[in-house]
Amino acid sequence: MELNEFIRKFADQFDDADINALSAKTAFRDIEDWSSLVALYIIGMVDEEYGVRLRGDDIMKSITIEDIYNIVKSRE
Amino acid sequence: MAYLQVENVRITGISACVPKNILVNVSVESQDYNVDQFIASTGVREKRYSEDFTSSDLCFFAAEKLMEDLGWQKDDIDALIFVTQTADYLMPATSCILQDRLGLKQECYALDITHGCSGWVYGLSSAATLLSTGMMKRALLLAGEGRKRSFSPPDLLFGNAGTVTALEYFEGEKSFQFHFGTDGSRYDAIIIPDGGSRNRFSEKSLISVEIEPGVFRMGIQSRMKGMDVFSFGITKAPKSVKELAEKFKLDLDTIDYFIFHQANLMLNEKIRKKLKLPEEKVPYSIEAFGNTNSASIPLTIVTKLGTVLNNKRSALIACGFGVGLSWGTVAFTLNDPLISNLVEV
Repeated sequence: MELNEFIRKFADQFDDADINALSAKTAFRDIEDWSSLVALYIIGMVDEEYGVRLRGDDIMKSITIEDIYNIVKSRE
Repeated sequence: MAYLQVENVRITGISACVPKNILVNVSVESQDYNVDQFIASTGVREKRYSEDFTSSDLCFFAAEKLMEDLGWQKDDIDALIFVTQTADYLMPATSCILQDRLGLKQECYALDITHGCSGWVYGLSSAATLLSTGMMKRALLLAGEGRKRSFSPPDLLFGNAGTVTALEYFEGEKSFQFHFGTDGSRYDAIIIPDGGSRNRFSEKSLISVEIEPGVFRMGIQSRMKGMDVFSFGITKAPKSVKELAEKFKLDLDTIDYFIFHQANLMLNEKIRKKLKLPEEKVPYSIEAFGNTNSASIPLTIVTKLGTVLNNKRSALIACGFGVGLSWGTVAFTLNDPLISNLVEV
């Protein structure tokens, strides 16, 4: 599992997010299109791509994209 | 392992009743997404909604229609099971009231089951098991959700519907095969916290609090942890289907239709893709009727399959999952069933 690849897949869940503007340290709630619906897309993407089950608490306690990446990596 | 096989019972007919009143989703309560995004994600453009009918009312009309279409006499019914989360009263069981209202004989088994999205599968297992020895011959399984216990603004996702599934003892019929699961540790993922005996109704139950940004709920109103439910649905539902298939050596390619609880289009599509099922085998009623809880599987059969099932045997798998958290999957055969036209009241 590779961080840049995860960031790209994370960005794909948004309608208009600019992948070049995102980094591991990006606070995902600050991305303009972030919503609770996008959170569902993220959960779906992680399940599909990595076979890892994220729960609501995982998203809620995370700040950056890397925080979520680390959770997924620890459960792979 | 919670598997079950039931022999010598068949589903003879299915009916459904919805309010005439159509509510189109034009705005959302949430501050962080708009209605178009909501519809694109959930699939729910509109649903049937009325403050005039309880769950038992909708099921009652569906039952009258189905018994008339089947030509079943009221004295023929030996058992009535009513699945809902919105019983008419806290006590007695609404199934007892329905026995009388439908004019069924007093020599009748009546049972309420408090389940939501998985409820039809659980109700089916109970009804089929009751009939399987042949001592009772005919049963009605009523499943639905009508108006809520306390007034709430219409929910964007959930619609009203009442359904009836008629079952009868039929020697030699191909068996029903079930798989069940429960995760009570997530009991608060979908909950009405107040008004039961754990948190008794009090003045505090009527205070509206912000449970997430921009979303307010009283203690007597339902709330859902959407992310947890989504995460649960995309993992447990396909797993349950696979476990059922493995246990009973079912080839999913030989199944004609897969009817999933109509939870949310995006969630349901994830399940379909995980199981690699073709679109034409997985009908959806959610766009027109929303998420109708325990009614969603039979409502989808009535509104999306209907006469397609006439004059042949069809192999189906149905899977319900949600509040509890609870899930159940059943493989069964429909042999030229009578599917009543949708009742609208």
